[in-house]
Amino acid sequence: MESAAQKKGSRTAQGDGRGRREHQLPPRDEALELLDKMLLIRHFEERAQEMYMKAKVGGFLHLAVGEEATVVGTTSALRPQDYLLSTYREHGQALARGTDPKAVMAELFGREGGVSHGRGGSMHLYDAERRFLGGYGIVGGNLPLAAGVALASDYRGDDAVTLCMFGDGASNQGTFGETMNLAALWKLPVVFLVVNNQYGMGTALSRHSAVTDLSSKAECLGVPGERVDGMDVLAVRECVAEHVRQAREERRPTLVEALTYRFRGHSAADPEVYRTKQEVQQWRERDPILLYENVLEEAGYIDHEEIERRDRRAVEIVDEAVAFADQSPEPALESLYDNIYVLGDQVQGWYSVDERTPEVHRGEDEHEVGTHGVAHELAEAGAAYAGAGDVQKRRRAEKVPDGSGEGSKEADQASPADTAYEDGS
Amino acid sequence: MAAMRYREALNQAMREEMEADESVFLMGEDVGVFQGAFKVTEGLLEEFGEKRVRDTPISENTIVGMGVGAAMAGLRPIVEIMTVNFALLAMDQIINSAAHIHYMFGGQAKVPLVIRFPQGGGHQLGPTHSHTLEAMFLHVPGLLVAVPSTPADAKGLLKSAIRDDNPVIFIEHESLYGMRGDVPDNGGPMRFGEAAVRREGSDVTIVGISRMAVTAARAAEKLAAEEDIEAEVIDPRTLRPLDLDTILDSVRKTNRCVIVEEGWPHGGVGANLAALVQEQAFDYLDAPIQRVTGADVPMPYSKALEQAAMPHEEHVVKAALATFRDV
Repeated sequence: MESAAQKKGSRTAQGDGRGRREHQLPPRDEALELLDKMLLIRHFEERAQEMYMKAKVGGFLHLAVGEEATVVGTTSALRPQDYLLSTYREHGQALARGTDPKAVMAELFGREGGVSHGRGGSMHLYDAERRFLGGYGIVGGNLPLAAGVALASDYRGDDAVTLCMFGDGASNQGTFGETMNLAALWKLPVVFLVVNNQYGMGTALSRHSAVTDLSSKAECLGVPGERVDGMDVLAVRECVAEHVRQAREERRPTLVEALTYRFRGHSAADPEVYRTKQEVQQWRERDPILLYENVLEEAGYIDHEEIERRDRRAVEIVDEAVAFADQSPEPALESLYDNIYVLGDQVQGWYSVDERTPEVHRGEDEHEVGTHGVAHELAEAGAAYAGAGDVQKRRRAEKVPDGSGEGSKEADQASPADTAYEDGS
Repeated sequence: MAAMRYREALNQAMREEMEADESVFLMGEDVGVFQGAFKVTEGLLEEFGEKRVRDTPISENTIVGMGVGAAMAGLRPIVEIMTVNFALLAMDQIINSAAHIHYMFGGQAKVPLVIRFPQGGGHQLGPTHSHTLEAMFLHVPGLLVAVPSTPADAKGLLKSAIRDDNPVIFIEHESLYGMRGDVPDNGGPMRFGEAAVRREGSDVTIVGISRMAVTAARAAEKLAAEEDIEAEVIDPRTLRPLDLDTILDSVRKTNRCVIVEEGWPHGGVGANLAALVQEQAFDYLDAPIQRVTGADVPMPYSKALEQAAMPHEEHVVKAALATFRDV
């Protein structure tokens, strides 16, 4: 670990001050796997953007182009039993963790074959088997969850570590401070990783955070931090591995700040008026994939042809993912109400929850109300969601007599009789 | 049968479930050393230790979120929030996380979490500690909502809540904590979605929510004694799932319906229930459904104003009588 003085001296946007060769290369197979994952994420994201422009993908689409080293460096420092939670910019995390790219793309397409069966979309991927516990759409919303997952590991006495990734913007949420305090107080096996891509949506770090050295932002709450060059996959990997070790062995939660940059806008619909093309270009010169390819070439692990071959393979995987997503069926309309509740003895179906009939899945009928004859039929049957016209017809002309409604009207002489049996708690 | 207070019944439910299942634990503000702001968790720290009875900092949103995370990872947390108004700080985690995670991840994750808190006025706690907000939680698909009004229900429903695999909003009432009632010996879990008919009657159906079930029962006695009206009093006990059938069967018999709640009128439990009843039993109604609610104001501190803002049995009597007027 660096001393505080060294750390201070190394905080620049151009790296961690230690140089590329400082970080040890893993064995060849492992080293190339990191490259493959970064290439896959890059091509997946670029293709997702194309699919968004073709309206195959709806809603919001947040791309991590430029952040591949941060994502892959982090996930490569985890064991299979460790948990990972992320934000809504999380396609890369799922892919790096080993989730099938087909299921990820199908989720973006909103199809049944998606990881969340089309219910979550781009922002809410999940892979229970690989312990990727989700992308979350609320900024800062995943921090308490991660601490809770870590609490469960601690409670059971297992040695799984939870890694929670969030953006620089999330460091301003109340959950940031609350969770840091609790994690430190209860010595939870969790590593917080702030992906500092330097903009909270369109607001620059220096315009949204009084403390711009995010690695120090939780220090006063008992969670020390370290900054790492988020464009250097080996630096991230080494740094995160050490913090994961501290969490696992010393039960010491820490904060890692990965300084990175997103080459694309906040979402696919971002005109990027808040930053200059020149700034983006400067960062693109430190493209994490190019940097890493140079390292691998210099180490003699790989040559240019091999890089191109692996690049083409990544494109093929993405081609297959798009083809799968395109052919995956739309979720069936009658499945609209699936998985609102875990069904069992208490909850036997959605309509048993707040409707009269204990039938499961009358949702399809409801879906069609107002557009077809079904609406009329249901209204005739006195069902929910009858049109306003029907209600008008049925309403009696006369008004309700007063003196019967809200308690305030005649409560002046109200006796506190109802509370007579209190014991003054 | 043993007579015990509502708070003791809750305490017993937690104690029994924690004894039976190692994955059940409790966390919240002052639930341990202080033994609970309303002494519901008395003795639990001593019995189960700091691992399973955890005092937390005052960080409601994060406490609930941690409960969600621990539940996703296989534990069965009970999170106590000191009052309903403080639960508002946790609405993000309650709705965006607890209620939605099972659905938005396509059924891959489940959240067996109980969030307990008291609500209700009557203690001059003013506009930030006294509200009645069950309608806010009732609104959200993915949550189960319990509103027990007796010690027996408090125990049985809390045991069920802890065993259920869904997130449960378990709403207690500050004015009920000291209430005594019979609780069956070795009382097991009580099914959600089964209303209790507190009093049988053939003239008017009165549905009382949370503590208002008690108020409704008193009003029914008054109606019988003074007006010769036999009211049927129904306590739904849980709002999600809701046992609408029992209410509808009663309305079809009495042809009149009054709904009593302590919460606000607009978008309230009564507004929802009135809509459901008229949709399903319109032809059986001889009079418009009447609602008795809390006043449409933040809860005032002044004793006189606070009492004026709460529904009392005379309001229920008036509302019941109104259903007998010619319309």
